[in-house]
Amino acid sequence: MQIEMKNISKSFGPNKVLRDVNFSIHAGEVHALMGENGAGKSTLMNILTGLLDFDGGHILVDGQETRFKNALDAEHHGIAFIHQEMNNFAEMSVVENMFLNREIKKGFGMLDMKEMKKQAKAALAKLGADIPVDIPVGTLSVGRQQMIEIAKSLMNKTQVLIMDEPTAALTENEIAKLFEIIRSLKKQGVAIIYISHRMEEIFQISDRLTVMRDGLSVNTYMTKDTDVKQIVHDMVGREMGDFYPGRNPKFGEVYLKAEGLTSAGVFNNVNFEVHSGEVLAFSGLMGAGRTEIMRAIFGIDKLDSGKIWVKGKEVHITSPEHAIQNNIGFVTENRKDEGLILDASLSDNIDLPSIDGFVKKGFIDKKADQDFVNMLMKRLGVKAQSSKDAASSLSGGNQQKVVLAKWVGSGSQILILDEPTRGVDVGAKREIYDLINELTDRGTAVIMVSSDLDEVLGFSDNIAVVYEGKIQGEIATKDATQDKIMTLATGGELDE
Amino acid sequence: MNNTETKRKFNVGEFYAKLGPLAALLILVILVSVLNSSFLNVNNIMNLLQQISVNALIAFGMQFVILTAGIDLSVGSILALSGAFAAQMILMGMPPLLAFLVGMIAGAIFGAFNGLLIAYGKAAPFIVTLATMAIFRGATYVLTNGNPITGPKMNSSFSFQFLGQGYLFGVPFQVYIMIVLYAIAYLLLHKTTFGRKTYALGGNEKAAFVAGVNTKKLLILIYTIAGFLSAVAGMILTSQLASAQPDAGTGYEMDAIAAVVLGGTSLAGGKGKMFGTLVGALIIGVLNNGMNLLGISSFYQQIVKGIVILIAVLLDRKQSQN
Repeated sequence: MQIEMKNISKSFGPNKVLRDVNFSIHAGEVHALMGENGAGKSTLMNILTGLLDFDGGHILVDGQETRFKNALDAEHHGIAFIHQEMNNFAEMSVVENMFLNREIKKGFGMLDMKEMKKQAKAALAKLGADIPVDIPVGTLSVGRQQMIEIAKSLMNKTQVLIMDEPTAALTENEIAKLFEIIRSLKKQGVAIIYISHRMEEIFQISDRLTVMRDGLSVNTYMTKDTDVKQIVHDMVGREMGDFYPGRNPKFGEVYLKAEGLTSAGVFNNVNFEVHSGEVLAFSGLMGAGRTEIMRAIFGIDKLDSGKIWVKGKEVHITSPEHAIQNNIGFVTENRKDEGLILDASLSDNIDLPSIDGFVKKGFIDKKADQDFVNMLMKRLGVKAQSSKDAASSLSGGNQQKVVLAKWVGSGSQILILDEPTRGVDVGAKREIYDLINELTDRGTAVIMVSSDLDEVLGFSDNIAVVYEGKIQGEIATKDATQDKIMTLATGGELDE
Repeated sequence: MNNTETKRKFNVGEFYAKLGPLAALLILVILVSVLNSSFLNVNNIMNLLQQISVNALIAFGMQFVILTAGIDLSVGSILALSGAFAAQMILMGMPPLLAFLVGMIAGAIFGAFNGLLIAYGKAAPFIVTLATMAIFRGATYVLTNGNPITGPKMNSSFSFQFLGQGYLFGVPFQVYIMIVLYAIAYLLLHKTTFGRKTYALGGNEKAAFVAGVNTKKLLILIYTIAGFLSAVAGMILTSQLASAQPDAGTGYEMDAIAAVVLGGTSLAGGKGKMFGTLVGALIIGVLNNGMNLLGISSFYQQIVKGIVILIAVLLDRKQSQN
């Protein structure tokens, strides 16, 4: 079987997420699909598997124009998608999961468990996986759950198997096992689309390789004819405008120091320090553990071990309340979920972390509180009719300014910003950078977690690159390039 | 998602949230007084206020709970248990005022127990308080042996009887208690950081937590308040009946929740005013009193009350859809 996707385009509202993308796959080949987060890989695969419709272009299956109506239709054509987050039902048994929605029945609608177990065992045996079929899937390791997914798709006579970051949660042994299976599937003529960020694996397992960037398919190579450097360049290679206001830092004392921060299975032995006046960027791919490190520092999640010093004094932060007392502020990644009370007024959002400071004789001093809110809204340039407006009525950029106002108002000297400009329009972005400059000029230490490489390179003093829960490397921004960061972010080492 | 739509349609739900409770109360009062002239009689009004006090007190506590998107079904059982507790103390020779105090503290502890389970057990308030409703009621039956607790000390003691039976300047004493506690609840909710944090917790618990609100402590305090106010109502009722009844307060959670919802507070949390709850309690009171005056059978009364609550809930849904 051969599939060709030609000039595929797709928009979500005004956003063009795919533009004239070309991609092909034929029987018995492993084709790797690479690109930064948001490059369009998932959208392309969702189109191929019938989960999304497309606006323009053609899909040819064995030369014949095809448009899958839905996921089931694609499945009938022999295309299977193993998602990164597996859609298993943890409480149901292995066999129940494998036959979900395609149960074998005897008369009167009764399930034929015996036959299903037989077939499930056979499918697993083919993969050399020795897994009992009666136990709940949730009790198995991620690697074994993946085997089950693969076995399930093989039972359906899959001809094209799409794997999204299949090794993300596997141990080395499990990865070796998975590669063995992939090679044997290849021999049986199955085509495999392999999505991964891990360079090493890509070069180990793939025959061809396509790089996507900003909704375009940049290049397709025979894996043996290319190298990591080329791929990294294709992944990040775009021009950076002089969009950033520039940094002119004056470092003071160390405001926050972390040593050996560990949370089992999430991040491991994280060490760093950030000075007064510094912007320390945390770069890395999605899921590398950056956000989790910050959440633990702020007391939202628990640390297993490690030490934190604020201005040279060791602190044991166990809750956000406690972090705020230590003058730490945290602009979370997801402002609608954790940053704002959407139905509440701007005023009620902005003064929340500081409200205890406005108590006079047991009651809230309304006037002082209102003056405080007005001052902050003016200082941050929040565009709204009145401070009584609901937070939900503002644009993304203005909402983000409201979240920032909260933490500027609470007097944070250490400010953690997780994706501070995500979903923010260009004008508001610039204002946010200007504000960060103003804050660091006054001595605030800023930690900026960002998935936007341009932003990291354009607006920070030092860059810590996180890979799989550890800091793979730290570089001064003036010495950093996109290639260097990408190399670190995909688990590589820098040469010098 | 349609940001371009600027035309604002008249929204029944939104209107009700703003002015509805007061308007509904007014219409109800006019309707009942037209249908039965003795409704506006001073004696009846005093009677009405007396009836309202107990429910209003419970509803003030329920208001805090519902603002956090929670619910407390155990209020009626707490009322009974703390009442029985105080009555037992009096029988054993404790001065009534002290016994009332002990009973109210007991109620606060029962409420704190709810709060602990909800905050630390991360259990759904509905289930926790459904369970403790049964536990506290069962404990009341154990304590009372299933019989009313009463005795000569209760029938003769002035300080015992004044709370639920006494009048001051022609107004039942319990009405003063209700007014004072309303004022405190109002100030607490609308003028202190405690109230602000309650709204924040109900509006978005995660965001409130990240902003430094000690959400666990707050939840425990709120359920403690609900328990305390139920116990105050329990003391009043015990005094009024000169006995602690094992089945006192059965079904009272219904009237309290109804008062809060009729007062325009959203069951989804984060929205609602204490004044609305006071009006809601008045609506329930007038409804009960009016139906009694009109001679409507208590069977039908239940149906009418249920329908009124349904209408209020549907209006609440309409408002939040906007």
